[in-house]
Amino acid sequence: MLQRLRENKSAQGTLLALPTMFWMFALLIIPLLLTLIISFGRRSPDGDVIYTFTLDNYARLLGYSTDCDNGASACFNSLYLQILWRSISLAFNTTFWVILLAYPLAYFIARANPKRRNMFLFLVLIPLWTNFVIRVYAWMMLLRKEGAINIVIGSIASLFDIPFQPLEMLYTPGAVLIGMVYEFLPFMILPIFTSLEKIDTSLYEAAADLGANGIKTFLRVTLPLSMPGVVAGTILVFIPVMGTFIVSDILGGRQVILVGNLIQRQFLDARDPTFGSAASLILMIMTLIVTYFYTRKFGFGEEIVVA
Amino acid sequence: MNPFRRHPIIQVATILVYIFLYAPIVVLILYSFNASRTNVTFEGFIPRVSERVEMQGSMVQASPCGAFHWFCELSKNDDVIEAAGNTLTIAFTSTLISTIIGTMAALALQRYEFKLKPFSQVSLYIPIVIPEIVMGIGILTLFSQLFGLLNGALGLTGDSRLSLGLGTVIVSHIAFSVPFVTLVVQARLQGFDKSYEEAAMDLGANEWTTFRRVTFPMILPGILSGGLLAFTLSLDDFVITFFTNGPGSTTLPIYVYGLLRKIITPQVNALSTVWILTVFIAVLLLQVLQSREQKQT
Repeated sequence: MLQRLRENKSAQGTLLALPTMFWMFALLIIPLLLTLIISFGRRSPDGDVIYTFTLDNYARLLGYSTDCDNGASACFNSLYLQILWRSISLAFNTTFWVILLAYPLAYFIARANPKRRNMFLFLVLIPLWTNFVIRVYAWMMLLRKEGAINIVIGSIASLFDIPFQPLEMLYTPGAVLIGMVYEFLPFMILPIFTSLEKIDTSLYEAAADLGANGIKTFLRVTLPLSMPGVVAGTILVFIPVMGTFIVSDILGGRQVILVGNLIQRQFLDARDPTFGSAASLILMIMTLIVTYFYTRKFGFGEEIVVA
Repeated sequence: MNPFRRHPIIQVATILVYIFLYAPIVVLILYSFNASRTNVTFEGFIPRVSERVEMQGSMVQASPCGAFHWFCELSKNDDVIEAAGNTLTIAFTSTLISTIIGTMAALALQRYEFKLKPFSQVSLYIPIVIPEIVMGIGILTLFSQLFGLLNGALGLTGDSRLSLGLGTVIVSHIAFSVPFVTLVVQARLQGFDKSYEEAAMDLGANEWTTFRRVTFPMILPGILSGGLLAFTLSLDDFVITFFTNGPGSTTLPIYVYGLLRKIITPQVNALSTVWILTVFIAVLLLQVLQSREQKQT
């Protein structure tokens, strides 16, 4: 039998890939299918799942409500649609700000003296490798009413004798945006840096020889050639922002509820896994649609693996 | 030369972004030396005394550990030590398994043709393109339904019942790290010069010896960087662990998250400081090793 295996290349390949395929199948495909099945189910009074086929959970997400003020049996409630919209616009906002902050830094590092380039990259890796939860906590300390930002602004104000009321920054949508930008900034810097570094410097010389000025060279040479990095970075930022619940939980308090918070509460507090499953499928479909159109327009950069 | 090289806007923006990246970390570290227990405002450093800790209200007046009071408290905190142990156990076990099976899969995908190859290749991208929470609740549902069935079928009760714990966390961590290991090793195999292997075979080595003496040493850097990636992913993971952990399998990120929702003392900052310093030293070592390797080649 061993002899036959030695000659059968296809069986060898299958055997080598088998453990990984098992894991992918058992812990990715099956859970996704289960989520799909359960999203059509109903919640039993003690929080278990009753397997049946109903679209109630999806109807509820899209605004169908049976809990109405005026005694009507059904009405429209935009609560969950608002949550979905908030999540998707926050994800776009975060991506925009992250690109805006990451690009100059990546550009600077890519054009820095090669001897110092590693040190600049190293400085980007430290915050990236510092734990996610710890980074949110750091912003909690900065944004609090008694926090460092208010202290700094307050002392500047007192220098000029300007009356200053500490700003309420924590537990606002702005705090969540800052936290998200901070969390995911390194994921944009690294791929943009990788694609900028690959650009052949002779292209700049050619552009200059042909009479292009600095801005023109940037717009016509640098920017298009660094797009794969921006695309890879966007995927690495947009998808996790859509599903993250810690940042909004810690920095948004009860004020900013995102899809991630909604799903988490259905599984842990509200104990309605059927509704939570439906919400998480909607979340997955939304991210897949955005990713699909985005990569179809700009292509799928290989920089994604580098980061 | 590139006209934008020393553009002042780029330089100012760079400095501002670095400040943005590091200001929170500096504040976090500073507050781990705070004399105030409530940790709302910074009330100065703690003086050292030789006797016991002196408290007044929410202020620590003096401590045998001096300014490092909260680090001493941290080292006496059994919950933290247990969580740190769990975090490392999970990271080491899941890294070991995912590195081995991920490397095997990379070899299969790069070197062999088989029926399920397209499926396996595509499935590797799933964890990258779906939000982690979707995977987390899916795995939670799988375990709870499976354990419910098995506990009922086998008539398990009380402590012998199957439940979430270290095992479920490790299995789940393997699931999200395997694709990354496979993709990294695969990238390494793509640039592989097959003539070395052919030379070994010509010199009479069999397939296994060729793999052991030629292929493996050549792809080892790829395997190590894949393993390192798996290790950091596991150490850093919050979401998947959040949904798959049970009593006795709390990890450090989960522990910190729990504290953030209660009263926060500078102990959390001390823990964060230790974490940041560990990361700093680890990344520094890696950079030194990497630049050495580059110099050799």
